[in-house]
Amino acid sequence: MTDTLMAARLLAAAPGRLGGIWLRGAGPEREAALALLTGALEGRAVRRVPVHIDEERLCGGLDVAASLAAGQRVEQAGLLHEAAGGLLVVPMAERMSALVAGRIAQAMDAGAGFALVLLDDGGEDEAPPVALTERVAFWCEGVGVAPTPDTNLPEFPSPSTPPVGVAQDKLQPVAEVEGPVSTLSNTSLDTLGTNGAGEIARSLANLSLALGVDSARALLFAQTATRLHAQWHSRDAAEEDLAFAARTMLGPRATRIPQQADDTPPPPPEPEDEPPPGDAESEQEQHDPDALDDLVLAAALASIPIDVLARIGEGRSARRASGAGGAGRKRASQLRGRPLGARPGLPRGGARLALIDTLRAAVPWQEIRRQQEAADAPKRLRIRKGDLRIRRFEERAEALTIFAVDASGSSALARLAEAKGAVELMLAQSYVKRAQVALIAFRGTAAELLLPPTRSLTRAKKVLGEVPGGGGTPLALGLAAASELAESHAARGRTPFVALLTDGKGNIDRQGQPGRAQAGEDALAAARRFAAARTQGVVIDISARPQPEAAAIAAAMRARYLALPRADARGVEQAVSALQFGKAS
Amino acid sequence: MAFPFSAIVGQDEMKRALLISAVDPRIGGVMVFGDRGTGKSTAARALSALLPPMVAIAGCRYNCAPEEADRCPDQCGSRKTAKVPVPFVDLPLGATEDRVLGALDLERALGRGEKAFEPGLLARAHRGYLYIDEINLLEDHLVDLLLDVAQSGENLVEREGLSVRHPAKFVLIGSGNPEEGELRPQLLDRFGLSVEVKTPQDIEQRIEIMRRCDAQERDAAAFAADWAEADAKIVKRIARGKKALPKVAMPDATLQDAASLCIAVGADGLRGELTLMRAARAYAALEGAKSAERKHLRAVAPMALRHRLRRDVLDETGSTARIDRALAELFG
Repeated sequence: MTDTLMAARLLAAAPGRLGGIWLRGAGPEREAALALLTGALEGRAVRRVPVHIDEERLCGGLDVAASLAAGQRVEQAGLLHEAAGGLLVVPMAERMSALVAGRIAQAMDAGAGFALVLLDDGGEDEAPPVALTERVAFWCEGVGVAPTPDTNLPEFPSPSTPPVGVAQDKLQPVAEVEGPVSTLSNTSLDTLGTNGAGEIARSLANLSLALGVDSARALLFAQTATRLHAQWHSRDAAEEDLAFAARTMLGPRATRIPQQADDTPPPPPEPEDEPPPGDAESEQEQHDPDALDDLVLAAALASIPIDVLARIGEGRSARRASGAGGAGRKRASQLRGRPLGARPGLPRGGARLALIDTLRAAVPWQEIRRQQEAADAPKRLRIRKGDLRIRRFEERAEALTIFAVDASGSSALARLAEAKGAVELMLAQSYVKRAQVALIAFRGTAAELLLPPTRSLTRAKKVLGEVPGGGGTPLALGLAAASELAESHAARGRTPFVALLTDGKGNIDRQGQPGRAQAGEDALAAARRFAAARTQGVVIDISARPQPEAAAIAAAMRARYLALPRADARGVEQAVSALQFGKAS
Repeated sequence: MAFPFSAIVGQDEMKRALLISAVDPRIGGVMVFGDRGTGKSTAARALSALLPPMVAIAGCRYNCAPEEADRCPDQCGSRKTAKVPVPFVDLPLGATEDRVLGALDLERALGRGEKAFEPGLLARAHRGYLYIDEINLLEDHLVDLLLDVAQSGENLVEREGLSVRHPAKFVLIGSGNPEEGELRPQLLDRFGLSVEVKTPQDIEQRIEIMRRCDAQERDAAAFAADWAEADAKIVKRIARGKKALPKVAMPDATLQDAASLCIAVGADGLRGELTLMRAARAYAALEGAKSAERKHLRAVAPMALRHRLRRDVLDETGSTARIDRALAELFG
């Protein structure tokens, strides 16, 4: 059984305590884990949450249309309530808005008792909202190869009580759902004895410190999972159980790589090819606590996803949600912003009923409607569907400024320094302008997103501290990375603006091969694609002697061209602000 | 069942700030900066559960105290009082203005054609705590509105043809991670105190966290009973502090210290000095001292000033370090 499936199995045994699972990537393993969960929680509610769910459906509330028809209050139950004790599956979790995520997180904190399954199809820089990933215990890969099809799932072994009480009633109170779980941990505690429990806690505390996992939630999840895993194998908690928790919870959450005293290098991270639990470790049966920690640490290190590992290597923190709040932006204009007045429509999909306007629309017809009805019709307000008015608000789309900086060659350091200064200056005002800023640097043979879109000056400072420069100029790659970022954020309702800082002389082509001619052609092709997406932008040439190449790139991008020899950070910032927001700051 | 306040491992500064705000709610809200999973909401919840039940008009939707019943928009006819727990309202991130402020009662307006007010979360939080997780992600206009009400202690609704005014005195507790987006400085300044929390970086403390959470999960009632005595002591301390607060002296020397500290760190505006003074007094009352001395001032200076320093894009030193430096230079 793979780790992902084991995680699903343990989750089914204690949905409320473990919160849920984050499944990254689509694949047969993910399908198998989902099938296992639904199978194990048979009889419980399984609910899917579409990304664009509205608040009424999620949390329940007044069903306006039904209330009007019935002439009395009609409530609709919320999805969160319906899912109690069962499964809440979120497809495309990486696109979920912060608003919906906040609601779900709140329900989980209040003890809703459902297991949250986050299906993440996102790319490297996308992740479900942190509010949710923080509250689910397991961070697993879903892309693994098809596991052995076992339709006859083994029952969870337990001394007395069945681990998953088969629910007779969907709306079973949470306490009852949780009942068997506490029995579970009690029995496992008995077998462990206080010594064993203390040792586990110590190992987990050591490990979390070493990996820089700061959340106490992760620590508690790991403790619970270690016990359940041990119990699944009907044994006292051993290093394999700790290793399992390390692989599925602590490793993926790592924010730093611990220095190991011995010379064992961290094993190559290959999440798909993880050895099944107990394969490598079982030969070493010592109970020396240090040896135990080393084993578990090795397991954790092996489980750190490649992208996380790369980021840690560059001194950046682990995956953070960049997509939070994006998907719902456009629709959010029905909820907040400057009021615009009402228009006819049904209050659903997040739109709010404009009550006074609705009543005003209904009033002139009251007499006529009453006459149309039978004489003994009840005395009440007669409101028809056509009277309903909903509120409208004006919300400005959030702006995103993407700096794409040529960090190659001799001028790299100066150019980068000015770009970083400009980023920080823009961020200092980003709150007022409702703008986010991102920074891409390209040099050598790659373009790199140094600063994912953010409004946080603190974060920018942390990330931009040490940025290397020098090497060739992969202009095409840099431009492509900038347009890709711009397009993905435009799709979420933001208004991107790209500021390309370069002298326009690319010498590395799309494949990362040197060669001026091919590189130039690729850069122009990338620029034309940029133009095709109708992204706004500017090319800023801050070299001492501006050359025609940069102007040519700008023309192909259908962007403005600015030659700003000897410009400093403030100059760049003012130029970009002026073009993007219409006036200098 | 809430986690017992006294059982929270470490986090001394946050606990101190919460206790100070319990002794003197006028200090203004508490802003908690920190990563997720550091026990921010656990502490806030624990404090509200710890406080002894308050006396309110029975069934009043505004949690009115008997002496303020005259101002209640519901005009509660009955004078019957009841003991109700101190409210703790967890404001959801996506809350709309209607939910927060209160709005026209849909059911009554549609069903009976009556214009009636349905109180919102602000009314529910009256005399208790309003907790906002990830306040930095909340809509700006909502944050403005909340801080305004928190400061004036009154919610004034003028919309949808309604005109309602009701008391809304609560301690606002905001939490957020500055790396995920920052609060406007003007808003930060309106929080009374601010603290930074981190998960303890000490093995023993981490083990203790696991041990206690585990004990609580296994048998919440027994765990609460174990800590009941420690909790009761804190309740007593708060009650004594509240009673002593008006009598705590504020010597001129302490005021001078406060003023020179604010000048030294360059805290904008007068709010810094006022909060510093109030917090020092509340802390002295909590400690059972007769007057607020320099040591009380020192203990509260970081939390009262940290979020009011002018931010310098080029200065990398954290606010806390700047305050500590000023404290060391001024008072040795």
